[in-house]
Amino acid sequence: MNNSTLSLRWLAAAALASLGMSAPVLAQENPIKVGILHSLSGTMAISESTLKDTMLMLIEQQNEQGGLLGRQLEPVVVDPASDWPLFAEKARELLAQEKVDVIFGNWTSVSRKSVLPVVEELNGLLFYPVQYEGEESSENVFYTGAAPNQQAIPAVDYLMNEVGVERWVLAGTDYVYPRTTNKILEAYLKGHGVADEDIMINYTPFGHSDWQNIVAEIKRFGSEGKKTAVVSTINGDANVPFYRELGNQGIDAADIPVVAFSVGEQELSGIDTGPLVGHLAAWNYFMSVDTDANYDFIDAWIEYTGDEEAVTNDPMEAHYIGFNMWAEAVRKAGTTDVDTVKDAIIGVSVPNLSGGYAAMMPNHHITKPVLIGEIQDNGQFSVVWETASTVAGDAWSDYLDGSRDLISDWRKPLECGNYNVVEGSCGGGAATE
Amino acid sequence: MRISEFLCRALVLCLLACFPLVTHAQDEDSGQALLEALDTSSYAAKGQAIEALAASGDERTRYWLETLLDGKLQRNKDSGRFVVVLENRGRNWPVEDALTGESLGEMSRRDLDRIGINNALRGQLQSTLAVLDLRVDDLDARREAAARLVGEVDDELAAPLAEVLEEEQNAEVRRYLSHALAIHRLEQGDATAVDALAGSLDSKVRAALNQATRSDDAKLADAAQQALASIEQKLKLNRGLETLYFGLSLGSVLVLAAIGLAITFGVMGVINMAHGELIMLGAYSSWAMQQVLPGQPGLAVILSIPVGFLVAALAGIAIERSVIQHLKGRPLETLLATFGVSLILQQLVRTLVSPLNRTVVTPEWMSGSVMINEALSLTLNRLYVLGFALVVFIGLMLVMRRTRLGLEVRAVTQNRAMARSMGIRATRVDILTFALGSGVAGLAGVALAQLTNVGPNLGQSYIIDSFMVVVFGGVGNLWGTLVAGMSLGIINQILEPWAGAVLAKIMVLVFIILFIQKRPRGLFPQKGRAAEG
Repeated sequence: MNNSTLSLRWLAAAALASLGMSAPVLAQENPIKVGILHSLSGTMAISESTLKDTMLMLIEQQNEQGGLLGRQLEPVVVDPASDWPLFAEKARELLAQEKVDVIFGNWTSVSRKSVLPVVEELNGLLFYPVQYEGEESSENVFYTGAAPNQQAIPAVDYLMNEVGVERWVLAGTDYVYPRTTNKILEAYLKGHGVADEDIMINYTPFGHSDWQNIVAEIKRFGSEGKKTAVVSTINGDANVPFYRELGNQGIDAADIPVVAFSVGEQELSGIDTGPLVGHLAAWNYFMSVDTDANYDFIDAWIEYTGDEEAVTNDPMEAHYIGFNMWAEAVRKAGTTDVDTVKDAIIGVSVPNLSGGYAAMMPNHHITKPVLIGEIQDNGQFSVVWETASTVAGDAWSDYLDGSRDLISDWRKPLECGNYNVVEGSCGGGAATE
Repeated sequence: MRISEFLCRALVLCLLACFPLVTHAQDEDSGQALLEALDTSSYAAKGQAIEALAASGDERTRYWLETLLDGKLQRNKDSGRFVVVLENRGRNWPVEDALTGESLGEMSRRDLDRIGINNALRGQLQSTLAVLDLRVDDLDARREAAARLVGEVDDELAAPLAEVLEEEQNAEVRRYLSHALAIHRLEQGDATAVDALAGSLDSKVRAALNQATRSDDAKLADAAQQALASIEQKLKLNRGLETLYFGLSLGSVLVLAAIGLAITFGVMGVINMAHGELIMLGAYSSWAMQQVLPGQPGLAVILSIPVGFLVAALAGIAIERSVIQHLKGRPLETLLATFGVSLILQQLVRTLVSPLNRTVVTPEWMSGSVMINEALSLTLNRLYVLGFALVVFIGLMLVMRRTRLGLEVRAVTQNRAMARSMGIRATRVDILTFALGSGVAGLAGVALAQLTNVGPNLGQSYIIDSFMVVVFGGVGNLWGTLVAGMSLGIINQILEPWAGAVLAKIMVLVFIILFIQKRPRGLFPQKGRAAEG
């Protein structure tokens, strides 16, 4: 598999080179094209349309500062309409027809998986800004969201060590991200001596709206004399009725805290957070982070959207970091050529919004601080705990069989996304399902 | 949690509060020092500072504790002045001085540093305030305070609490307090405490008893085990009732969503895939009303009932006139065309309003729950929706059975040609019937806005369920819709605990498929010649 991508890469490079030969003068004046692949209609528009605007704002800001390499940036926006196969088509359109230099896009894992073969085939660059389940590392994708070890594991550590939780409810929506994350968490908890009967796992369909029974069950599970917490990988729309039911059945954060991995400022903006004060979320960024960089970003965002109430969230910060990293790598490489930028970006370090730096690791994941925040009555989070230093994203979880022995390193000479350190070969030991 | 010491002192202070207190004439400095101590990054130190604050005797203690609890006690980064934020939305917040209460105008959130608390400190603050509340006149506040202290009592709080218990008159508050004290005795290994707790359904009592069963003292563990067993017996009945309520509540949502369809699809025979979006329009009118009437969510909810009905009904008329009337008798085309309409409506809302969900505030009288007993409480918003569904159903029955419109609708659907020859204006009846069905969908939206997301996708999640209920109940029969909705709700909730939400849904669908095989016309098939058509 690696061989074929390698040869493809050469082919693409040769094609690019010949293109460059034919129009050497034009290239200097052409704008740099930035593809934006986020759903603007359909179910995912709720989350993704904000990211499109974030990218447009970042590009506008960059152009005001004179663009990149003396060239202006030109956004190319397409709408994959929350339709997974359409994501692949649109990615092909961006790369083959529009000839974009880089793509920022996707939200759901399934859409990323659909785009992946296209980006690899046409040797594109994709920056993916959302927290995900890991177990993947592609030569052409840069993961600026959190891997499980940058979100789920530290959150569980916090509950176990600082709050003293002994019983665990792992509640999630029934699809790949919660299932993989919960598998990792289950293995992790059992590794820390949590008994089988102290773990309850519950899956619900997308958009589940009737939470009465499940919340009542959580309540019962929590009344057995051991401190209980809920780890929620419940996705998107299902959260509003879930939190409403929690509030109405009087589950207090002091008794049974819920820590969520998919609930940010934007999701909370659709809920009356009064009854939810104290429930937790784990992210790498909160809008309430108290740094000047963050306040500047928020001010710019409010100005750009013209909405005083506009909120910022974690995936927006991921795009902010990803965009700046790419810009930095292009400056460093002096070209937007995909292969050169891909090599140049490893090791690039740019400021994040929480007062530190994010560095691109050889496995195409970045370093991030992990923050635990408690929900406030104004729909914001207040940070109650954070990791002492930044955590590097781990593509392959250390807690799953089959992925434990894999590492990813895209630097020469290894250049492998799933190197098996035990067998000493690339591509060995497929990722667990 | 080491809160007892200051709790005890706070109690004494509380007693002192009856007497005229020393004024805080020149203790500006002492207040400053107390707040100064709170401004630390260590939560342990903050906990101690809260204890010191509660024990200080300063009459502003409660004000500070409450604002700290709400996250509104903050500090200006430049001047180091402690301020209380009055409103924390937007970028500039109105503030007042935390020591003097003097208004300081607005400050940018950039310049303010919040004195943060975590869940542990929040619990400590709530307990502190609860102890202060035990002696107030307001019964509700006392009851809440007493309930809050169950499971939070330790050695030093026990004695003053026992005193409060002796003076307390209200039976409910007394029960909470005696439970709180008994749990404390149980933790000390006192086996007689089990008797005081026996039969209580409070989850904190159960938690304490559960812990006691793991005690080394065999006699205590045994007694606790027995008490638990008898509690479990009582809980079984409760759980049955609870499941029934959950089922009825889910059923009422299904009935509300489906009953409009029972008219447009069931009575008129129009397959309207945009039915879900009419529900969504109702929900958005509920949101819009709250925007028009800020600060009055209760009034907004009540007004949004007629508004939601009208908006959806008008949209229904527009759909009927522009699309459906041209496709009469062509069900497949109607299905596709209305599906298109549903996508258009969704995207319209996304573009005009926002792709993001909108917040619909639940009014005070609709949030929380009514407690039947300590283990069974019925959530209020769902109770209202249940009642609303029944009212809508009865209203609709009356319209169909008792009004001229209802008579005409039935006449037109049974035999259009005959009805027309009798002088009924069939086209007008079509419009009105469709408007009625759509309006009812709007009402469903108003109710759903209190339960779930108000967003562009709201309708999609209910369209399949609605068709399922109508088909299961028997097309063209309102009673069928009611019975079908309620029974599907109950079946679903009975299956869910042991099959999981995903499987329960599948099982219900399989059940309906099998049922339709046996009885193609649903639970309540229409009889007579009209049904043959």
